Amino acid sequence: MPQRRLIVEAEVGLHARPAATFVQTATRSPATVTVAKGDGAPVNAKSILSVLALDVKKGDAITISTEGDGAEELLDELASIAGAP
Amino acid sequence: MATTLKGSGVSPGTGYAAAHLLVGSIPEPPKGAVHDGDAAAEKARVQAALEEVAADLEARGERAGGEAAEVLSAQAMMARDPGLADGVDELVDAGVSGERAVYEAFGAYRDLLAAAGGYLGERVADLDDIRDRAVARLTGAPMPGVPGDAAEPYILVARDLAPADTALLDRNLVAAFVTEDGGPTSHTAILARAMGVPAVVGCAGATALVQGTLLLVDGATGEVVIEPEPAAAQAAVATARARAEALSGTSGPGATADGHPVPLLANVGGPKDLEAALANGAEGVGLYRTEFLFLDRADAPSEEEQQAAYRAVFDAFPGGRVVVRTLDAGADKPLAFLPPPGEEPNPALGERGLRMFRRHPDMMAAQLGALARAAEGTEAIPYVMAPMVATVAEAAWFAEACHAAGLETAGIMIEVPSAALRARDLAKVVDFFSIGTNDLTQYAMAADRQVAGVSELQDPWHPAVLDLIALAAGAAGAAGKGCGVCGEAGADPVLACVLVGLGVTSLSMGAPALPWVRASLARHTLDQCRAAADAARSAPGASEAKEAARACLTGLGDLGL
Repeated sequence: MPQRRLIVEAEVGLHARPAATFVQTATRSPATVTVAKGDGAPVNAKSILSVLALDVKKGDAITISTEGDGAEELLDELASIAGAP
Repeated sequence: MATTLKGSGVSPGTGYAAAHLLVGSIPEPPKGAVHDGDAAAEKARVQAALEEVAADLEARGERAGGEAAEVLSAQAMMARDPGLADGVDELVDAGVSGERAVYEAFGAYRDLLAAAGGYLGERVADLDDIRDRAVARLTGAPMPGVPGDAAEPYILVARDLAPADTALLDRNLVAAFVTEDGGPTSHTAILARAMGVPAVVGCAGATALVQGTLLLVDGATGEVVIEPEPAAAQAAVATARARAEALSGTSGPGATADGHPVPLLANVGGPKDLEAALANGAEGVGLYRTEFLFLDRADAPSEEEQQAAYRAVFDAFPGGRVVVRTLDAGADKPLAFLPPPGEEPNPALGERGLRMFRRHPDMMAAQLGALARAAEGTEAIPYVMAPMVATVAEAAWFAEACHAAGLETAGIMIEVPSAALRARDLAKVVDFFSIGTNDLTQYAMAADRQVAGVSELQDPWHPAVLDLIALAAGAAGAAGKGCGVCGEAGADPVLACVLVGLGVTSLSMGAPALPWVRASLARHTLDQCRAAADAARSAPGASEAKEAARACLTGLGDLGL
């Protein structure tokens, strides 16, 4: 399954506006999209509550996974949102 | 026949609209509640409710714009959360009722966020709000909070209103206020008069009203008619409108029917209130509360900042008087830039007002200096007065400081009973008095303004309070000095006549009350006011005093009072 592993750079972590943009972008895809923090269990990337509950802070590593048509493009987009400082 | 509830009318006018009950919290749906067996239908019902909540939040965000839009759209995302929906579905499939399933599914995330603390912990309140909205939709309970988006005017019904509830109220949507608790000086009463919205407080049975019930509220008599005859209600509203037009027919400086002048001034809390004051024909400012410059900030305002704020008000009233009250802070309104005051079990009786200046004379010097410089070159007549003065020594100290700063007219608030009792001595050392009837009533009746249980005692109609006002006004008059009233009592068009009869020389009030008081004074002679004052002081209690005064004031009927 295509994946991206990256370090979250935003001061607020994957919270607030970055989290909302991340989830909105994931929601546009018909495929399953997950995000995991470190080696933790992946959660539904379309669920704002699940993403917030991961409590991803600046400097944490996350892994985003999805599949199907356009998977690579979606992962690029999600990675640039989550990785933006 | 329509049922009528009775409370105290504290802001005149008539409102006819559906009741919106303000609820503090939505009760938890009972544990173990089950649905009727059709899980698919129950799931659809919950989904529809969550979608309605989301759409509502989004729509309100769009209207509000800016940061509020972002916050509300994030909340809408939470209501549409697929993880949450999965949790609800699982519970409903297991037989749990929709509202209980919502409660529990939110609970799972709530615990996670609360455990994380910090930013996430603060999202718990957002989550609870969405949960309560969804549960309210599912159970038909009233929505929590003040409606920010009502399409039609409504009557806001609550136990009592807190400033947080009312910060975003739209004057055009609130037809009236009705509260179960509260007295004439409660937050609701003050807010209603400031907004010019009819209000009834202390109305037993108000919170038992059913959401959406049509009410006819009379803010003068305190009557709240439940489901009135529509034609009669509309007629009452039309009459009230006609009366309001009669009010606007009286204009010009305040005076009794026989020409005894009573300057009508406005209470302002900052330059933002000037527009309403001028629109309602204020002849000046009778109470400029300066706290707004000092509260909610980390550093003391600079003299330049103070000067600009004072100058704005002086410039609005060329040739008129502007009475500035120096900083009135205390343990209940602490200033971040001063050392914290000691723990006070009763801040109303503590180190506040002028007492705080005694401890921080530099603060007083800075404020008086800024006032003196702001007054230079303006055409307004600056008056400066200190709050919370109890003794002649305090009054003399303040007056000397004002005169030394170059401020000619220095006065004091009469709000401590000792000041009223010894007004004759105080009148020798200051240039004017201004009676703060809210605090004078609180202190004379030993009834905390914050305690609803003693609201009956917080009524300036109590003859004991009228006696103290008569003492202060009489002493000022004998010394050839002015004695105004700047408390809520001055905004009551009936009591205003009594105050004039007691010897009060000017009245200051929230701007919307000015036309009422102007019209009421214009319909009565000074002799009638004096007779009303005598009758009120001869009565054994507050309600009898009011009745006795009304009997002498024959022009009230014209105004529907």
